[in-house]
Amino acid sequence: MTAALRLTNLTVSYDRHPAVHHVSAEIPAGEMTAIVGPNGAGKSTLLKALLGLAPRVEGRIECTAKRIAYLPQQAEIDRSFPISVLDTVLLGRWSRFGVFGAARPADLDDAWRAIESVGLSGFERRPIDSLSVGQFQRVLFARLLLQDADLVLLDEPFAAIDSKTVADLMVVIRRWREEKRTVVAVLHDFDQVRRDFPHALLLARELVDAGPTARVLSSENLLRARAMAEAWDDNAGACDVPMRLSA
Amino acid sequence: MFYEYLIAPFADFGFMRRALVASLALSVGGSAIGVFLILRRMSLMGDALAHSLLPGAAMGFLIGGLSLPAMSLGGFLAGVATALLSGIIARFSSMREDASFAAAYLTAMALGVLIVSLRGSAVDLMNILFGAILAVDEPALILVVSTATVTLIGLAAIYRPLVVECFNPGFLAAMGVRGSLYHYLFLSLAVLNMVAGFQALGTLMALGLILLPAVASSFWAREVWSMSLVAAPMAFTSAAVGLLVSFHAGLPSGPVIVLFASCFFLLSLLFGSRASVRARLSRPVHLRA
Repeated sequence: MTAALRLTNLTVSYDRHPAVHHVSAEIPAGEMTAIVGPNGAGKSTLLKALLGLAPRVEGRIECTAKRIAYLPQQAEIDRSFPISVLDTVLLGRWSRFGVFGAARPADLDDAWRAIESVGLSGFERRPIDSLSVGQFQRVLFARLLLQDADLVLLDEPFAAIDSKTVADLMVVIRRWREEKRTVVAVLHDFDQVRRDFPHALLLARELVDAGPTARVLSSENLLRARAMAEAWDDNAGACDVPMRLSA
Repeated sequence: MFYEYLIAPFADFGFMRRALVASLALSVGGSAIGVFLILRRMSLMGDALAHSLLPGAAMGFLIGGLSLPAMSLGGFLAGVATALLSGIIARFSSMREDASFAAAYLTAMALGVLIVSLRGSAVDLMNILFGAILAVDEPALILVVSTATVTLIGLAAIYRPLVVECFNPGFLAAMGVRGSLYHYLFLSLAVLNMVAGFQALGTLMALGLILLPAVASSFWAREVWSMSLVAAPMAFTSAAVGLLVSFHAGLPSGPVIVLFASCFFLLSLLFGSRASVRARLSRPVHLRA
Protein backbone atom coordinates (compact mmCIF):
# COMPACT_ATOMS: atom_id res chain seq x y z
CA MET A 1 0.00 0.00 0.00
CA THR A 2 1.50 3.31 -1.04
CA ALA A 3 1.07 6.41 1.06
CA ALA A 4 -0.46 9.57 -0.31
CA LEU A 5 0.72 11.44 2.73
CA ARG A 6 3.51 10.68 5.13
CA LEU A 7 3.74 12.77 8.29
CA THR A 8 6.96 12.52 10.25
CA ASN A 9 7.07 13.97 13.75
CA LEU A 10 4.70 16.77 12.75
CA THR A 11 4.13 19.56 15.24
CA VAL A 12 1.92 22.54 14.45
CA SER A 13 1.62 25.29 17.03
CA TYR A 14 -0.23 28.52 17.63
CA ASP A 15 1.60 30.94 19.89
CA ARG A 16 4.09 28.15 20.74
CA HIS A 17 1.28 25.94 22.08
CA PRO A 18 1.13 22.82 19.93
CA ALA A 19 -2.26 22.01 18.38
CA VAL A 20 -0.77 18.96 16.68
CA HIS A 21 2.06 17.39 18.64
CA HIS A 22 4.72 15.01 17.30
CA VAL A 23 2.41 13.16 14.96
CA SER A 24 3.84 10.50 12.67
CA ALA A 25 1.43 8.66 10.40
CA GLU A 26 0.74 7.55 6.88
CA ILE A 27 -2.40 8.09 4.88
CA PRO A 28 -2.92 5.46 2.18
CA ALA A 29 -3.27 6.55 -1.42
CA GLY A 30 -6.56 6.01 -3.25
CA GLU A 31 -8.39 5.27 0.00
CA MET A 32 -10.88 6.96 2.26
CA THR A 33 -9.44 7.99 5.61
CA ALA A 34 -11.36 9.63 8.43
CA ILE A 35 -9.68 11.93 10.90
CA VAL A 36 -11.48 11.72 14.23
CA GLY A 37 -10.94 13.10 17.68
CA PRO A 38 -12.48 15.41 20.26
CA ASN A 39 -12.93 19.14 19.68
CA GLY A 40 -9.63 20.94 19.91
CA ALA A 41 -7.74 17.78 18.98
CA GLY A 42 -5.99 19.50 16.07
CA LYS A 43 -7.95 17.92 13.23
CA SER A 44 -8.59 21.10 11.28
CA THR A 45 -5.10 22.32 12.09
CA LEU A 46 -3.68 19.12 10.63
CA LEU A 47 -5.56 19.74 7.37
CA LYS A 48 -4.38 23.35 7.30
CA ALA A 49 -0.81 22.18 7.77
CA LEU A 50 -1.19 19.77 4.85
CA LEU A 51 -2.31 22.72 2.72
CA GLY A 52 0.56 24.87 3.89
CA LEU A 53 -1.81 27.29 5.62
CA ALA A 54 -0.75 26.71 9.22
CA PRO A 55 1.40 29.37 10.85
CA ARG A 56 4.19 27.27 12.31
CA VAL A 57 4.94 23.75 11.21
CA GLU A 58 7.81 21.57 12.42
CA GLY A 59 8.57 18.06 11.29
CA ARG A 60 8.01 16.74 7.80
CA ILE A 61 5.07 16.31 5.46
CA GLU A 62 5.63 14.24 2.34
CA CYS A 63 2.83 14.40 -0.16
CA THR A 64 2.68 12.52 -3.43
CA ALA A 65 -0.48 14.24 -4.62
CA LYS A 66 -0.08 16.74 -7.40
CA ARG A 67 -3.32 18.53 -6.88
CA ILE A 68 -5.08 19.02 -3.56
CA ALA A 69 -8.69 20.10 -3.14
CA TYR A 70 -9.94 21.38 0.20
CA LEU A 71 -13.41 21.76 1.65
CA PRO A 72 -13.29 24.37 4.43
CA GLN A 73 -15.69 24.55 7.33
CA GLN A 74 -18.61 26.70 6.26
CA ALA A 75 -17.91 29.25 8.96
CA GLU A 76 -14.84 30.30 6.98
CA ILE A 77 -16.96 31.47 4.07
CA ASP A 78 -18.98 34.68 3.90
CA ARG A 79 -22.21 33.22 2.58
CA SER A 80 -23.89 36.62 2.32
CA PHE A 81 -21.51 37.63 -0.46
CA PRO A 82 -23.30 38.36 -3.74
CA ILE A 83 -21.97 35.64 -6.05
CA SER A 84 -23.88 33.06 -8.06
CA VAL A 85 -23.78 29.30 -7.65
CA LEU A 86 -22.27 28.89 -11.11
CA ASP A 87 -19.44 31.35 -10.45
CA THR A 88 -18.65 29.71 -7.13
CA VAL A 89 -18.45 26.27 -8.70
CA LEU A 90 -16.42 27.55 -11.63
CA LEU A 91 -13.73 28.67 -9.20
CA GLY A 92 -12.84 24.99 -8.92
CA ARG A 93 -11.01 25.42 -12.21
CA TRP A 94 -8.72 28.00 -10.66
CA SER A 95 -5.62 25.93 -11.33
CA ARG A 96 -6.43 26.13 -15.03
CA PHE A 97 -7.27 29.80 -15.45
CA GLY A 98 -5.53 31.30 -12.41
CA VAL A 99 -5.86 34.96 -11.57
CA PHE A 100 -6.07 36.39 -15.07
CA GLY A 101 -7.02 33.58 -17.45
CA ALA A 102 -10.46 33.13 -18.96
CA ALA A 103 -12.75 30.20 -18.25
CA ARG A 104 -13.25 28.14 -21.40
CA PRO A 105 -16.61 26.86 -22.62
CA ALA A 106 -15.49 23.38 -21.58
CA ASP A 107 -14.99 24.61 -18.01
CA LEU A 108 -18.49 26.02 -18.04
CA ASP A 109 -19.92 22.75 -19.31
CA ASP A 110 -18.08 20.91 -16.55
CA ALA A 111 -19.44 23.33 -13.98
CA TRP A 112 -23.04 22.76 -15.16
CA ARG A 113 -22.46 19.02 -15.05
CA ALA A 114 -20.94 19.19 -11.56
CA ILE A 115 -23.92 21.20 -10.32
CA GLU A 116 -26.22 18.61 -11.81
CA SER A 117 -24.34 15.72 -10.21
CA VAL A 118 -24.70 17.21 -6.72
CA GLY A 119 -28.42 17.56 -7.35
CA LEU A 120 -28.65 21.33 -7.72
CA SER A 121 -29.86 21.65 -11.32
CA GLY A 122 -31.79 24.85 -11.78
CA PHE A 123 -29.83 26.67 -9.07
CA GLU A 124 -27.02 27.82 -11.38
CA ARG A 125 -27.95 31.50 -11.40
CA ARG A 126 -29.07 31.74 -7.80
CA PRO A 127 -27.01 33.87 -5.44
CA ILE A 128 -25.39 31.79 -2.72
CA ASP A 129 -27.05 33.80 0.06
CA SER A 130 -30.40 32.25 -0.92
CA LEU A 131 -29.21 28.68 -0.27
CA SER A 132 -29.64 26.55 2.81
CA VAL A 133 -26.61 25.14 4.62
CA GLY A 134 -27.11 21.77 2.94
CA GLN A 135 -27.53 23.27 -0.52
CA PHE A 136 -24.43 25.38 -0.04
CA GLN A 137 -22.48 22.29 0.98
CA ARG A 138 -23.57 20.74 -2.32
CA VAL A 139 -22.22 23.81 -4.10
CA LEU A 140 -18.86 23.38 -2.40
CA PHE A 141 -18.81 19.71 -3.40
CA ALA A 142 -19.47 20.71 -7.00
CA ARG A 143 -16.50 23.05 -6.75
CA LEU A 144 -14.39 20.16 -5.42
CA LEU A 145 -15.50 18.06 -8.39
CA LEU A 146 -14.19 20.69 -10.77
CA GLN A 147 -10.84 20.79 -9.00
CA ASP A 148 -10.10 17.31 -10.29
CA ALA A 149 -7.67 16.69 -7.41
CA ASP A 150 -5.92 13.46 -6.53
CA LEU A 151 -6.09 14.34 -2.83
CA VAL A 152 -9.36 15.68 -1.40
CA LEU A 153 -9.36 17.13 2.12
CA LEU A 154 -12.78 17.58 3.73
CA ASP A 155 -13.10 19.53 6.98
CA GLU A 156 -16.31 18.44 8.72
CA PRO A 157 -18.22 17.94 5.47
CA PHE A 158 -21.37 16.80 7.25
CA ALA A 159 -21.62 19.22 10.16
CA ALA A 160 -25.24 20.45 10.40
CA ILE A 161 -26.22 18.56 7.24
CA ASP A 162 -29.36 16.42 7.00
CA SER A 163 -29.22 12.69 6.26
CA LYS A 164 -30.50 12.96 2.68
CA THR A 165 -27.75 15.41 1.78
CA VAL A 166 -25.16 13.29 3.59
CA ALA A 167 -26.26 10.26 1.57
CA ASP A 168 -26.05 12.21 -1.71
CA LEU A 169 -22.64 13.62 -0.91
CA MET A 170 -21.35 10.22 0.20
CA VAL A 171 -22.15 9.02 -3.33
CA VAL A 172 -19.82 11.72 -4.64
CA ILE A 173 -17.11 10.73 -2.15
CA ARG A 174 -17.37 7.02 -3.04
CA ARG A 175 -17.05 7.93 -6.69
CA TRP A 176 -13.80 9.71 -5.88
CA ARG A 177 -12.55 6.50 -4.32
CA GLU A 178 -13.49 4.53 -7.42
CA GLU A 179 -11.49 7.03 -9.41
CA LYS A 180 -8.49 6.23 -7.16
CA ARG A 181 -8.45 9.61 -5.51
CA THR A 182 -7.36 9.90 -1.88
CA VAL A 183 -10.05 11.25 0.43
CA VAL A 184 -9.30 12.54 3.92
CA ALA A 185 -12.28 13.73 5.94
CA VAL A 186 -12.59 15.19 9.43
CA LEU A 187 -15.67 13.55 10.93
CA HIS A 188 -17.49 13.32 14.25
CA ASP A 189 -20.03 10.60 13.56
CA PHE A 190 -18.31 7.35 14.60
CA ASP A 191 -21.09 5.19 13.15
CA GLN A 192 -20.61 6.79 9.77
CA VAL A 193 -16.83 6.41 10.00
CA ARG A 194 -17.17 2.71 10.84
CA ARG A 195 -19.63 2.24 8.00
CA ASP A 196 -18.01 4.23 5.20
CA PHE A 197 -14.35 4.85 5.98
CA PRO A 198 -12.02 1.85 6.00
CA HIS A 199 -9.15 3.87 7.46
CA ALA A 200 -9.05 6.20 10.40
CA LEU A 201 -6.65 8.44 12.23
CA LEU A 202 -7.51 9.22 15.85
CA LEU A 203 -6.06 12.47 17.02
CA ALA A 204 -6.01 14.06 20.46
CA ARG A 205 -3.33 16.64 19.77
CA GLU A 206 -1.02 13.66 19.80
CA LEU A 207 -1.66 10.65 17.63
CA VAL A 208 -3.67 7.99 19.44
CA ASP A 209 -3.76 5.49 16.62
CA ALA A 210 -3.92 5.28 12.84
CA GLY A 211 -4.85 2.33 10.66
CA PRO A 212 -7.92 0.18 9.96
CA THR A 213 -11.02 1.83 11.38
CA ALA A 214 -12.17 -1.18 13.45
CA ARG A 215 -8.89 -1.15 15.37
CA VAL A 216 -8.48 2.62 15.66
CA LEU A 217 -11.99 3.23 16.98
CA SER A 218 -11.71 0.69 19.78
CA SER A 219 -13.22 1.73 23.10
CA GLU A 220 -9.81 1.90 24.80
CA ASN A 221 -8.52 4.25 22.12
CA LEU A 222 -11.59 6.49 22.32
CA LEU A 223 -11.26 6.60 26.10
CA ARG A 224 -7.63 7.59 25.84
CA ALA A 225 -8.46 10.29 23.31
CA ARG A 226 -11.12 11.74 25.60
CA ALA A 227 -8.76 11.74 28.56
CA MET A 228 -6.17 13.89 26.88
CA ALA A 229 -6.57 17.42 28.14
CA GLU A 230 -8.43 19.75 25.83
CA ALA A 231 -7.08 23.03 27.13
CA TRP A 232 -3.46 23.85 26.82
CA ASP A 233 -1.49 24.70 29.90
CA ASP A 234 -0.74 28.41 30.17
CA ASN A 235 2.46 27.68 32.05
CA ALA A 236 3.68 24.76 29.96
CA GLY A 237 7.43 24.56 29.74
CA ALA A 238 9.38 23.90 26.57
CA CYS A 239 8.71 20.51 25.02
CA ASP A 240 11.62 18.11 25.51
CA VAL A 241 10.65 15.50 22.93
CA PRO A 242 13.44 15.65 20.35
CA MET A 243 12.40 16.94 16.93
CA ARG A 244 14.67 14.41 15.25
CA LEU A 245 13.56 10.90 16.03
CA SER A 246 15.93 8.18 15.03
CA ALA A 247 13.97 6.37 12.38
CA MET B 1 -35.91 78.74 -17.61
CA PHE B 2 -34.78 75.15 -18.10
CA TYR B 3 -31.68 76.31 -19.94
CA GLU B 4 -30.99 79.07 -17.47
CA TYR B 5 -31.04 76.81 -14.44
CA LEU B 6 -29.65 73.54 -15.72
CA ILE B 7 -27.41 74.30 -18.67
CA ALA B 8 -26.22 77.87 -18.41
CA PRO B 9 -24.01 77.39 -15.34
CA PHE B 10 -22.03 74.76 -17.20
CA ALA B 11 -22.10 76.59 -20.54
CA ASP B 12 -21.01 79.89 -19.10
CA PHE B 13 -18.43 78.91 -16.51
CA GLY B 14 -15.32 76.88 -17.15
CA PHE B 15 -14.96 75.90 -13.49
CA MET B 16 -18.45 74.42 -13.48
CA ARG B 17 -17.66 72.34 -16.56
CA ARG B 18 -14.44 71.07 -15.02
CA ALA B 19 -16.25 70.28 -11.80
CA LEU B 20 -18.87 68.33 -13.73
CA VAL B 21 -16.30 66.26 -15.63
CA ALA B 22 -14.35 65.67 -12.42
CA SER B 23 -17.41 64.40 -10.63
CA LEU B 24 -18.31 62.15 -13.56
CA ALA B 25 -14.86 60.55 -13.39
CA LEU B 26 -15.00 60.28 -9.59
CA SER B 27 -18.43 58.67 -9.78
CA VAL B 28 -17.42 56.03 -12.29
CA GLY B 29 -14.24 54.90 -10.53
CA GLY B 30 -15.24 55.63 -6.95
CA SER B 31 -18.56 53.81 -6.90
CA ALA B 32 -16.93 50.53 -7.93
CA ILE B 33 -14.42 51.01 -5.10
CA GLY B 34 -17.31 51.76 -2.78
CA VAL B 35 -19.09 48.53 -3.68
CA PHE B 36 -16.02 46.50 -2.78
CA LEU B 37 -15.52 48.48 0.42
CA ILE B 38 -18.99 47.60 1.69
CA LEU B 39 -18.76 43.98 0.52
CA ARG B 40 -15.50 43.65 2.41
CA ARG B 41 -17.28 45.20 5.41
CA MET B 42 -14.74 47.96 5.32
CA SER B 43 -16.97 51.01 4.92
CA LEU B 44 -15.86 52.49 8.21
CA MET B 45 -12.27 51.49 7.60
CA GLY B 46 -12.51 53.35 4.32
CA ASP B 47 -13.52 56.36 6.33
CA ALA B 48 -10.51 55.92 8.57
CA LEU B 49 -8.33 55.56 5.50
CA ALA B 50 -9.66 58.82 4.09
CA HIS B 51 -8.80 60.64 7.30
CA SER B 52 -5.31 59.22 7.27
CA LEU B 53 -4.49 61.12 4.09
CA LEU B 54 -4.35 64.29 6.14
CA PRO B 55 -0.76 64.23 7.44
CA GLY B 56 0.58 63.41 3.96
CA ALA B 57 -1.42 66.13 2.32
CA ALA B 58 -0.34 68.52 5.07
CA MET B 59 3.31 67.58 4.60
CA GLY B 60 2.92 68.18 0.90
CA PHE B 61 1.33 71.50 1.73
CA LEU B 62 4.24 72.42 4.03
CA ILE B 63 6.80 71.57 1.39
CA GLY B 64 5.10 72.68 -1.79
CA GLY B 65 2.42 75.10 -0.66
CA LEU B 66 -1.02 74.69 -2.22
CA SER B 67 0.45 72.52 -4.96
CA LEU B 68 -1.62 69.68 -6.32
CA PRO B 69 1.17 67.17 -7.05
CA ALA B 70 2.85 67.65 -3.66
CA MET B 71 -0.36 67.33 -1.67
CA SER B 72 -1.71 64.45 -3.73
CA LEU B 73 1.51 62.46 -3.56
CA GLY B 74 1.77 63.14 0.17
CA GLY B 75 -1.82 62.09 0.73
CA PHE B 76 -1.42 58.94 -1.34
CA LEU B 77 1.75 57.90 0.48
CA ALA B 78 0.20 58.58 3.89
CA GLY B 79 -2.91 56.59 3.01
CA VAL B 80 -1.03 53.58 1.68
CA ALA B 81 1.38 53.70 4.64
CA THR B 82 -1.56 53.67 7.06
CA ALA B 83 -3.17 50.71 5.30
CA LEU B 84 0.07 48.74 5.18
CA LEU B 85 1.03 49.59 8.73
CA SER B 86 -2.29 48.55 10.22
CA GLY B 87 -2.21 45.39 8.11
CA ILE B 88 1.23 44.54 9.43
CA ILE B 89 0.23 45.30 13.01
CA ALA B 90 -2.83 43.07 12.65
CA ARG B 91 -0.75 40.26 11.19
CA PHE B 92 1.98 40.30 13.81
CA SER B 93 -0.22 40.72 16.82
CA SER B 94 -3.53 39.25 17.81
CA MET B 95 -5.19 42.60 17.10
CA ARG B 96 -8.06 42.73 14.67
CA GLU B 97 -7.54 44.89 11.61
CA ASP B 98 -10.31 47.35 12.49
CA ALA B 99 -8.67 48.11 15.82
CA SER B 100 -5.22 48.57 14.33
CA PHE B 101 -6.77 50.73 11.62
CA ALA B 102 -8.33 52.96 14.23
CA ALA B 103 -5.02 53.27 16.07
CA ALA B 104 -3.15 54.11 12.87
CA TYR B 105 -5.59 56.64 11.48
CA LEU B 106 -6.10 58.49 14.76
CA THR B 107 -2.34 58.88 15.01
CA ALA B 108 -2.22 60.08 11.42
CA MET B 109 -5.12 62.49 11.92
CA ALA B 110 -3.49 64.08 14.97
CA LEU B 111 -0.17 64.38 13.15
CA GLY B 112 -1.94 66.00 10.22
CA VAL B 113 -3.73 68.62 12.26
CA LEU B 114 -0.50 69.37 14.09
CA ILE B 115 1.44 69.79 10.85
CA VAL B 116 -1.17 72.06 9.32
CA SER B 117 -1.20 74.23 12.43
CA LEU B 118 2.60 74.62 12.22
CA ARG B 119 2.18 76.75 9.16
CA GLY B 120 -0.88 77.86 7.39
CA SER B 121 -4.22 78.97 8.64
CA ALA B 122 -7.57 77.53 9.51
CA VAL B 123 -8.63 78.30 5.95
CA ASP B 124 -6.02 75.89 4.58
CA LEU B 125 -7.15 73.21 6.98
CA MET B 126 -10.75 73.75 5.92
CA ASN B 127 -9.64 73.43 2.31
CA ILE B 128 -7.95 70.11 2.90
CA LEU B 129 -10.79 68.79 5.01
CA PHE B 130 -13.63 69.98 2.83
CA GLY B 131 -12.04 70.58 -0.57
CA ALA B 132 -13.23 72.96 -3.25
CA ILE B 133 -14.71 71.28 -6.26
CA LEU B 134 -15.22 74.66 -7.91
CA ALA B 135 -11.45 75.20 -7.79
CA VAL B 136 -10.67 72.08 -9.79
CA ASP B 137 -8.19 73.23 -12.42
CA GLU B 138 -6.84 71.41 -15.42
CA PRO B 139 -4.07 69.41 -13.65
CA ALA B 140 -6.54 68.36 -10.97
CA LEU B 141 -8.95 67.29 -13.66
CA ILE B 142 -6.25 65.19 -15.31
CA LEU B 143 -5.48 63.60 -11.94
CA VAL B 144 -9.11 62.75 -11.32
CA VAL B 145 -9.70 61.32 -14.80
CA SER B 146 -6.47 59.30 -14.74
CA THR B 147 -7.47 57.95 -11.36
CA ALA B 148 -10.80 56.79 -12.74
CA THR B 149 -9.03 55.10 -15.65
CA VAL B 150 -6.46 53.38 -13.47
CA THR B 151 -9.18 52.34 -11.02
CA LEU B 152 -11.40 50.71 -13.62
CA ILE B 153 -8.55 48.91 -15.38
CA GLY B 154 -7.01 47.92 -12.05
CA LEU B 155 -10.27 46.60 -10.63
CA ALA B 156 -10.96 44.66 -13.81
CA ALA B 157 -7.51 43.08 -13.55
CA ILE B 158 -7.79 42.03 -9.90
CA TYR B 159 -11.54 41.41 -9.93
CA ARG B 160 -11.39 37.63 -9.58
CA PRO B 161 -8.90 37.29 -6.72
CA LEU B 162 -10.51 40.25 -4.98
CA VAL B 163 -13.97 38.69 -5.11
CA VAL B 164 -12.65 35.36 -3.83
CA GLU B 165 -10.64 37.12 -1.13
CA CYS B 166 -13.87 38.73 0.02
CA PHE B 167 -16.00 35.66 0.44
CA ASN B 168 -13.63 32.71 0.75
CA PRO B 169 -10.05 33.82 1.52
CA GLY B 170 -9.09 30.27 2.53
CA PHE B 171 -9.75 29.01 -0.97
CA LEU B 172 -7.44 31.60 -2.45
CA ALA B 173 -4.73 30.65 0.03
CA ALA B 174 -5.19 26.94 -0.77
CA MET B 175 -4.72 27.81 -4.44
CA GLY B 176 -1.37 29.31 -3.51
CA VAL B 177 -2.45 32.87 -4.23
CA ARG B 178 -1.40 35.62 -1.84
CA GLY B 179 -4.75 37.22 -1.10
CA SER B 180 -3.16 40.00 0.92
CA LEU B 181 -1.39 41.24 -2.21
CA TYR B 182 -4.73 41.89 -3.89
CA HIS B 183 -6.16 43.28 -0.68
CA TYR B 184 -3.43 45.91 -0.60
CA LEU B 185 -3.65 46.61 -4.33
CA PHE B 186 -7.33 47.27 -3.77
CA LEU B 187 -6.64 49.49 -0.77
CA SER B 188 -4.12 51.45 -2.88
CA LEU B 189 -6.78 52.00 -5.52
CA ALA B 190 -9.16 53.11 -2.78
CA VAL B 191 -6.57 55.57 -1.45
CA LEU B 192 -5.95 56.83 -4.99
CA ASN B 193 -9.66 57.61 -5.35
CA MET B 194 -9.75 59.37 -2.03
CA VAL B 195 -6.75 61.47 -3.08
CA ALA B 196 -8.49 62.36 -6.32
CA GLY B 197 -11.62 63.11 -4.36
CA PHE B 198 -10.05 65.23 -1.67
CA GLN B 199 -8.98 67.89 -4.17
CA ALA B 200 -12.58 68.28 -5.13
CA LEU B 201 -14.54 67.31 -2.04
CA GLY B 202 -12.00 67.28 0.78
CA THR B 203 -10.80 64.31 2.81
CA LEU B 204 -13.94 64.32 4.92
CA MET B 205 -16.40 64.43 2.04
CA ALA B 206 -14.60 62.39 -0.64
CA LEU B 207 -15.78 59.13 0.80
CA GLY B 208 -19.39 60.26 0.66
CA LEU B 209 -19.45 60.07 -3.10
CA ILE B 210 -17.66 56.70 -2.98
CA LEU B 211 -19.66 54.97 -0.28
CA LEU B 212 -23.21 56.36 -0.24
CA PRO B 213 -24.12 55.32 -3.82
CA ALA B 214 -22.55 51.93 -3.21
CA VAL B 215 -24.63 51.40 -0.08
CA ALA B 216 -27.71 52.61 -1.95
CA SER B 217 -27.02 50.20 -4.81
CA SER B 218 -27.21 47.20 -2.49
CA PHE B 219 -30.98 47.86 -2.29
CA TRP B 220 -31.29 47.37 -6.06
CA ALA B 221 -28.72 44.89 -7.30
CA ARG B 222 -27.27 41.65 -6.00
CA GLU B 223 -24.01 41.11 -7.82
CA VAL B 224 -20.77 43.02 -7.63
CA TRP B 225 -20.82 44.27 -11.21
CA SER B 226 -24.51 45.18 -11.25
CA MET B 227 -24.15 47.03 -7.95
CA SER B 228 -21.35 49.10 -9.48
CA LEU B 229 -23.50 49.79 -12.54
CA VAL B 230 -26.32 51.06 -10.35
CA ALA B 231 -24.04 53.05 -8.05
CA ALA B 232 -22.17 55.05 -10.70
CA PRO B 233 -25.17 56.91 -12.19
CA MET B 234 -26.45 57.66 -8.69
CA ALA B 235 -23.08 59.13 -7.77
CA PHE B 236 -22.94 61.21 -10.91
CA THR B 237 -26.50 62.47 -10.58
CA SER B 238 -25.89 63.54 -6.98
CA ALA B 239 -22.74 65.33 -8.10
CA ALA B 240 -24.42 67.12 -11.02
CA VAL B 241 -27.50 68.12 -9.03
CA GLY B 242 -25.35 69.04 -6.06
CA LEU B 243 -23.18 71.28 -8.22
CA LEU B 244 -26.21 73.09 -9.65
CA VAL B 245 -27.86 73.59 -6.27
CA SER B 246 -24.66 74.80 -4.67
CA PHE B 247 -24.15 77.17 -7.61
CA HIS B 248 -27.61 78.70 -7.48
CA ALA B 249 -27.91 78.78 -3.71
CA GLY B 250 -24.34 79.86 -3.04
CA LEU B 251 -23.66 76.83 -0.82
CA PRO B 252 -20.39 74.89 -0.47
CA SER B 253 -20.49 72.20 -3.14
CA GLY B 254 -18.90 69.26 -1.25
CA PRO B 255 -21.51 68.86 1.48
CA VAL B 256 -24.38 69.55 -0.92
CA ILE B 257 -23.17 66.80 -3.28
CA VAL B 258 -22.80 64.33 -0.42
CA LEU B 259 -26.25 65.24 0.91
CA PHE B 260 -27.75 64.46 -2.49
CA ALA B 261 -25.96 61.11 -2.39
CA SER B 262 -27.58 60.61 1.02
CA CYS B 263 -30.95 61.32 -0.60
CA PHE B 264 -30.28 58.47 -3.01
CA PHE B 265 -29.43 56.27 -0.07
CA LEU B 266 -32.64 57.21 1.72
CA LEU B 267 -34.79 56.71 -1.36
CA SER B 268 -33.18 53.32 -2.00
CA LEU B 269 -33.63 52.33 1.62
CA LEU B 270 -37.32 53.19 1.36
CA PHE B 271 -38.17 52.08 -2.16
CA GLY B 272 -35.39 49.75 -3.33
CA SER B 273 -36.29 46.47 -4.96
CA ARG B 274 -34.69 44.25 -2.33
CA ALA B 275 -34.41 44.35 1.46
CA SER B 276 -35.88 47.86 1.46
CA VAL B 277 -38.60 49.22 3.71
CA ARG B 278 -41.11 49.01 0.86
CA ALA B 279 -40.18 45.41 0.12
CA ARG B 280 -40.60 44.61 3.79
CA LEU B 281 -43.96 46.32 4.22
CA SER B 282 -45.63 45.43 0.95
CA ARG B 283 -45.40 41.71 0.93
CA PRO B 284 -49.07 40.84 0.57
CA VAL B 285 -49.01 37.03 0.32
CA HIS B 286 -46.19 34.59 0.70
CA LEU B 287 -45.34 32.34 -2.21
CA ARG B 288 -46.24 28.70 -2.49
CA ALA B 289 -42.67 27.46 -1.85
